[in-house]
Amino acid sequence: MSAPQPVPAASRLFFSGNEAVARAVWESGTRVAAAYPGTPATEILEVLAGYPDLYTEWSVNEKVSLEVALGASMVGARAFCAMKHVGLNVASDALMTMTVTGTEGGLVIAVADDVGMSSSQNEQDSRYWGRFAHVPVLEPADSQEAYVMTRAAFELSERFRTPVIVRLTTRICHVKGVVTVGERTALEPAGFVKDARRWVMVPGNAKPRLPLMFEREAALRAEAEVSPLNQVVEGPDRRLGFVASGPAFMHVREAFPDAPVFKLGLACPAPLARLAEFAASVETLLVVEETEPLLETELKAAGVNCHGKDVLPRVGELAPDVLRGAVARLRGEAPAEAPHVAPQAVFPRPPTMCVACPHLGVYYTLSQMRNLVISGDIGCYTLGAGHPWNALDTCISMGASMGMALGMDKGRGAADANKKVVAVIGDSTFLHMGMQGLLDITWNRGNVTVLLLDNRAVGMTGGQDNPGTGRDIHGEAAPRVDFARLCEALGVKKDRIRVVDPYQLPVLFKALREETKIDEPSVIITNQPCVLIDDYQPTPPYQVLDDRCTGCGNCIDVGCPAIHVTRRERTVKASGKEVELAFVRIETGACTGCGLCVQPCAPEAIVHAVPVRPLQFMRK
Amino acid sequence: MGKTTNIMVCGVGGQGVMTATEILAEAALSLGFDVKKTEVAGMSQRGGVVTSHLRFGPEVRSPQILAGEADLLVGFEAAEALRWGHMLRPGAVALVNVGRIVPPVVNVGLYDYPQDPVGEMRALGLTVHAFDATALALELGNVRLGNTVMLGAMAGHLPFRADVLREAVLARFARRKPHLLEANRLAFAAGQHAVGAECAADAA
Repeated sequence: MSAPQPVPAASRLFFSGNEAVARAVWESGTRVAAAYPGTPATEILEVLAGYPDLYTEWSVNEKVSLEVALGASMVGARAFCAMKHVGLNVASDALMTMTVTGTEGGLVIAVADDVGMSSSQNEQDSRYWGRFAHVPVLEPADSQEAYVMTRAAFELSERFRTPVIVRLTTRICHVKGVVTVGERTALEPAGFVKDARRWVMVPGNAKPRLPLMFEREAALRAEAEVSPLNQVVEGPDRRLGFVASGPAFMHVREAFPDAPVFKLGLACPAPLARLAEFAASVETLLVVEETEPLLETELKAAGVNCHGKDVLPRVGELAPDVLRGAVARLRGEAPAEAPHVAPQAVFPRPPTMCVACPHLGVYYTLSQMRNLVISGDIGCYTLGAGHPWNALDTCISMGASMGMALGMDKGRGAADANKKVVAVIGDSTFLHMGMQGLLDITWNRGNVTVLLLDNRAVGMTGGQDNPGTGRDIHGEAAPRVDFARLCEALGVKKDRIRVVDPYQLPVLFKALREETKIDEPSVIITNQPCVLIDDYQPTPPYQVLDDRCTGCGNCIDVGCPAIHVTRRERTVKASGKEVELAFVRIETGACTGCGLCVQPCAPEAIVHAVPVRPLQFMRK
Repeated sequence: MGKTTNIMVCGVGGQGVMTATEILAEAALSLGFDVKKTEVAGMSQRGGVVTSHLRFGPEVRSPQILAGEADLLVGFEAAEALRWGHMLRPGAVALVNVGRIVPPVVNVGLYDYPQDPVGEMRALGLTVHAFDATALALELGNVRLGNTVMLGAMAGHLPFRADVLREAVLARFARRKPHLLEANRLAFAAGQHAVGAECAADAA
């Protein structure tokens, strides 16, 4: 991540949507910005942390980040938080009541939906929160708009005293485009004004505020009817008109450059009167929305005749080729011709764990054990569900491994009587939402063995810090949580808490075997860092001695991507059984010498490599 | 709306596909084009498939290149080039590094790596200029130079002068890693030469 420099106003910069949002947040005089990392929104806070004159933090979870932002707003400061779509599920408890209190300093929430699901457990449409919480939703269509609308969101928030959602998608966050930036305005917070009827949401105080919330929503709807963020892009071909927002707008313009388009920016509350007027100006109206038929339903309820999900898919991105196909169906035309070359079937490349990843030792060990049910969680270690380990049985939501493990333990019948329940969770996920689940396990006397994989990083999103790393968002020293003492405080017996080096396979195996045999909660904490962070120290690489390799394939079961099969052979054992042998080599340039593959190698064919050719050229 | 140029770069997480496309974007920006670049990064740094779409012209709307519409396909890895061959418009060229990155799913025997990815692409009627960028980079001392070799290879296949791209590459290294400037100058030239030789061989 390149640190943002104080570039002058009016500069044209090549920004991702995330960078554009960050720039706008900074320019808006925001005083406090908080987030929990989550693809595709992570970079917003990473970039913001590099700007001067505002407080930024990684929060322990999205709910806390939103509460931090609300607190800042209460004292009159502009505040911001960013999250991925599922993050707002976590934060929604705060959202649903802060919409009743309203805000003081402008409060903007950037929510990034993973439309197309590149890195998420579901594909959900955050635009519903606008309707559910009665707050405005802005939908930028590219980086420039992400910048403009984030600035507009702060203005709206302060004008209407409401939290404002800026709804992004992966195709905004991670697309770069040209952005013209402005200047930062410094703002001094007005100060906290004690007002229990405003800020203390007990029924007696909250009830009189509900009508105010609906008055605000009505005012916002009137604003949407006149807002320049909503506009008609004219086109000569009036046979088919479109309503679109977000990246789908760009796709419509690409696929149908001659069609009129109603472009929604302030998309919630929807400007239904203007939309009806637009609908009347075209022969047929097609609503293009990612992903749910939300506006389509509202338009139909308002008596506006339109098409939408009857021809468009309910899931995924509405790219130009998808739109062309849908419009062909709508018009009863033949679908467009297929490309001149058909897509070729090539092996998949599922994401893999890194060379020397400390999780490899854990999953190799789990894959060697029988009769386990492994309740999993969200992070790099979710990859343990794949080949060659097949050693993770569930993945639902952040921290869910804990509660689900307890439920499996309490709910199991005779069919699972001989099984041991193991839960696997990473350091950051544990602190995000897992530790409450562990407390539930100990309090309710569950029988679960927890593997707490402490790699001192939020690995999957790029190695961000968390309360377990001892560093803050700027990489500065910060108080570090002691996982063993935390687990003890949550009720796990001291004897049942072990700290294990995951590169020591026999030690890990023994700890797992012993703890799964004992009928009470236990926690095994692994203590080696993510190989992608600075804490990791590579050691000399290994190589395979060809004349000693017997092709047993044990090392392949570790799952390290530096181990490659050089040839396969079929052979018949003394027992008469035919087996396939796989002879291997280690990619010495990639190997960092963790030694995991050395341990299951019976013929001792894996030894330290002679030093590779020094990179003389590079050292000049 | 004038003509938009569509360049698709593909490879495997960690090869520098996104950085290379970023430099290409900088070159296009320096000429005053509207530019959009998209990729879905997500889990790609864990060895997954990486594609980066670059579109530039007077005005770019959708950032995505559609199947059959790429003006140039740049494959940082042989099988990945085959995977994305259908993105090329008829008559357009693929520049392919024949270097292979074999994933664990092939190593454990679940799938096969194609015997001859470049040959398969040619059999589909695609025009492919293939060369070993990985070996060229290693000859120059570091596999990471493969990225710049690929940029050199692209330089002769763009709607602007090769110098513009070379300057963008060198400016980036001069700014960030000046000690690698000379190595990258040579890597860029090696890429240009490799494709030039390939084109000459094809013409002969």
